[in-house]
Amino acid sequence: MEAGNNVPWRCCFIAFLTVVFFSANMYAEEQDIPKKFFVTPPPFSAGIYPCSMCHKGLPTNTQPRKLQANMNIPLKHMPGGWCFECHNPDNRDKLRLANGTLVSFEESYILCGQCHGTILREWKAGLHGKRTGMWNGDKQYYLCVSCHSPHEPRFKPIKPSPPPVRPMEIK
Amino acid sequence: MRKTVKKMDGIHLDRRTFLKGVALGLAGTALPLNKADASFWESFFQKHFKEMNDAEIKQVLGCLEREYEEKYKKAIKVGNQKAMPRVLFGYGLDLSRCIGCRRCVYACVEENNQSRDPQIHWISVLRFKKGEKWVDLIESEKYYNPEKVPEEGYFYMPVQCQQCENPPCVRACPTQATWKEPDGIVVIDYNWCIGCRYCMAACPYGARHFNWTDPGRKSGEINPQTHYLGNRPRYKGVVEKCTFCIQRTRNGRYPACVEACPVGARKFGNLLDPNSEIRYAIEHKRVFRLKEDLNTYPKFYYFFAYGV
Repeated sequence: MEAGNNVPWRCCFIAFLTVVFFSANMYAEEQDIPKKFFVTPPPFSAGIYPCSMCHKGLPTNTQPRKLQANMNIPLKHMPGGWCFECHNPDNRDKLRLANGTLVSFEESYILCGQCHGTILREWKAGLHGKRTGMWNGDKQYYLCVSCHSPHEPRFKPIKPSPPPVRPMEIK
Repeated sequence: MRKTVKKMDGIHLDRRTFLKGVALGLAGTALPLNKADASFWESFFQKHFKEMNDAEIKQVLGCLEREYEEKYKKAIKVGNQKAMPRVLFGYGLDLSRCIGCRRCVYACVEENNQSRDPQIHWISVLRFKKGEKWVDLIESEKYYNPEKVPEEGYFYMPVQCQQCENPPCVRACPTQATWKEPDGIVVIDYNWCIGCRYCMAACPYGARHFNWTDPGRKSGEINPQTHYLGNRPRYKGVVEKCTFCIQRTRNGRYPACVEACPVGARKFGNLLDPNSEIRYAIEHKRVFRLKEDLNTYPKFYYFFAYGV
């Protein structure tokens, strides 16, 4: 090759650097999420957390089956799925994402967001779910599980508060 | 002609003077002299709220607090937070979520010191049948009372004061007792309202309510954090309505109905802040407002976030 024909090599080198730079950037973004939100505490029943209190000693059975033990939890979510799709058999105090990452119960919205991504996007924007507190300051986002039981998410109908009194009935 | 003529048998008046005296006497009996306390006369000669300076307002608030303490045997604080700058309140309601449970109605009653007897509700929840012509509010049912909600085949729409940008009630008021504040809330000065109810006739949403009698409230039910233009205990003969919980929102808190809703159907925020929840709703959902053809420009945006 002639000495002056370094251009294609330089282009290749610059292209290589660009590729390395962008892939490094994307990798860094993956490490950025999840952003922390001020959420309400998970609605645990009294004394049930930390789960490892009982489960440290108990054997782990990863066979999908219908549970009849003392927990008596109905599972009416994800037809075809079962407990260890979300729960972590090795450490019961954490939840497990599909890619193996562990999240705490306070960050359970990330787990829900795996399938319900559009709803998670709206929850982060405030359009889905309930918030209390200050509209221009500190507010508490209600966790998904505060309203939707993770094992039986469909809302049950409730009794309405009384209707208004008709004007003719006012004395 | 001389007014009095002294005669041997007493003083005689001519007819004109006699009638003048009778008229003055009758006018004198109309003065409530038994209410001779200073606070009554102070409130009688009170200036319009928008004309008072801060010191005078403070005096009026102090008077009111004393009056309420005497009446309800409870320390009630009457505040006067001003509108925050660069804030215009907007409200969003997700009709695909509302289940018609009326928790918002009763949370509002508790927060805003409404009369329980006779009953006044600032929020009305209307029930519509799905699939029928429903934009006509006459087709709605307000007094539904099923065993459980939501009922199959119906959807629910709560209505309260829409805090219009071009409010017909403000234009109808003959005494300017109601006006629109800079943050968008339409407020009423209960001490200035004469109870003519022109505003109630003018409101296309039926959002205003009148105290036909002395409001029936128990002292234990009263929320002591009040605002002069908002939820302070009202009197017989004045009009009241939703004020977007002015005592809460001007301190940065959500209104009571937003916090009470169990399904998160209610959204509240600052329309001038591009990052607020209400702006997200307006930009990403198909929002509509009630009776837009009347050009009232309400601040209450309804939308269906999911299929009905």
